[in-house]
Amino acid sequence: MASDLSDLYQEILLEHNRRPRNFRTLEDATHHADGFNPLCGDEISLQLRLDEDTVGDVGFQGHGCAISRASASLLTQAVKGASSEDAMAMFNEFHRMLTEPEAELNYDLLGDLEMLAGVIAYPTRIKCAVLAWHTLKAAMDGEGIATTE
Amino acid sequence: MTAATVNAPASFSGPLTNDDVERIRRDFPVLDQLINGKPLVYLDNAATTQKPRPVIDAISNYYLHNNSNVHRGVHTLSQRATDDYEAGREAIRRFINAPDSSEIIYVRGTTEGLNLVASSYGRKFFRAGDEVIITGMEHHSNIVPWQILGKEIGIRLRVIPFNDQGELLMDEYESMLNERTRLVSVVHQSNALGTINPVSSIVELAHARGIPVMVDAAQSIPHLPIDVQAMGADFLTFSGHKMYGPTGIGVLWGRADLLNDMPPYQSGGEMIRSVTYEETIYSVIPHKFEAGTPDIAGAIGLGAAVEYLEAIGMDRIAAYEQALMRYGAERLAATEGVRLIGTAENRGGILSFYMESAHAHDIGTILDAEGIAVRTGHHCAQPVMARYEIPATVRASLSFYNTTEEIDTLIKGIDRVIEVFG
Repeated sequence: MASDLSDLYQEILLEHNRRPRNFRTLEDATHHADGFNPLCGDEISLQLRLDEDTVGDVGFQGHGCAISRASASLLTQAVKGASSEDAMAMFNEFHRMLTEPEAELNYDLLGDLEMLAGVIAYPTRIKCAVLAWHTLKAAMDGEGIATTE
Repeated sequence: MTAATVNAPASFSGPLTNDDVERIRRDFPVLDQLINGKPLVYLDNAATTQKPRPVIDAISNYYLHNNSNVHRGVHTLSQRATDDYEAGREAIRRFINAPDSSEIIYVRGTTEGLNLVASSYGRKFFRAGDEVIITGMEHHSNIVPWQILGKEIGIRLRVIPFNDQGELLMDEYESMLNERTRLVSVVHQSNALGTINPVSSIVELAHARGIPVMVDAAQSIPHLPIDVQAMGADFLTFSGHKMYGPTGIGVLWGRADLLNDMPPYQSGGEMIRSVTYEETIYSVIPHKFEAGTPDIAGAIGLGAAVEYLEAIGMDRIAAYEQALMRYGAERLAATEGVRLIGTAENRGGILSFYMESAHAHDIGTILDAEGIAVRTGHHCAQPVMARYEIPATVRASLSFYNTTEEIDTLIKGIDRVIEVFG
């Protein structure tokens, strides 16, 4: 099953893992949620500031594997400046990219998120990649807690 | 037993040799396959062990020739099924040197064994303010049932701490024992650290104060000779699937006098002597605790697993696995960036480690690409991870069918992790 490991652990993903973007707490957050992957113990705390309906700022803290950390880092870059509706459209497209092998994808919408496409060949790791996105959704919906269960 | 004996294992003498291990490996069909193009290196034995042919044959023999309900019919098949089911119980009694086979209760596994005692013994004998002592290295299954009971009737959980090597602080334990202590429930071998706890000393100190001791033997029984009478424990529980038997079956052993005093844990068929609408008279042990149609095939499979282990010899298994573990620990300790978690002097075939540069899950994925199966995560022992201030470890857990060559493959896999993550 597994494709070449280098499709999964691309250098740019490893770089996001080593030096995640927006790895910080926000002073002026309007929304936040904590995400858990009970299977592996990954934890993420995500904060965002919504200005009207636009993501003005977003940051995260926590610990997890390279996939979940890089995914959270990429998420913060992708959604900053986006409307909440666009952010959820990205989540939807991202989810399709990881779960529907034959899907025709909107790569303009995905942007840099495409570097996680290799996760589709590793079904046990999909939860790692989507944890940050579930947490973002929970924060926007005012739910406070997200799990990958 | 009928056709199950067709594949009786060969006999062994002296320490296990490489040839013996090669022969043993042929008993395990699942080991002979490629994973991601590489020969499978199965190092997740603490999660579950593979099944030898005699176990698989015993289960299929039951379904092919003898399938029937037990303890009910007067017909031939029911008699055969009952005989084999009870032969399994007797094999287990012999394996752990229990005084009587009526003390062997079939359960689903260790988790159910612990829950049965918490639910039945605990509810009957514990009162608000009473204390139960566990160790700091328990699997969640020996924490949560007591917490639930604690909320219900107000008992207090006391936890024996351990040092950095993963060895219990026995002085602390001794000072915890008091007139409120109702039970000591301890893990024999830690699933996360490999530590083999000094159960006999734990029992001795508890019994000096008249306190019973329950032992979680899930991780020890596949690897060590166990004699419940020599150990002195009052309850002991384990799972079939971690000792080369099927999933869904396990054992709670308890002293007959304690079991006789305990109320049933579940109710229904099989566990009653007579029922009217006014009153039910329960059956005697073990049937009192075996409500409903049991896992008959599982019990028969477990009996076959026990016979398989006896044929190799538990002393022989323990010695071989000990040498393999020491070799693995030495090689891991010599690998840069690897920190072994659990270095107790007395420990079993568990190699749990942590790498600063890579998360356990990423290590697991890279090892899988090399055909190596390990467990990654908190191993249902989150308090242990918290003790070492790490989120997760990689755990390679050994069996007598593993080889030093497989340890070498693991080390090569870790080199690959270092290549990717630095």
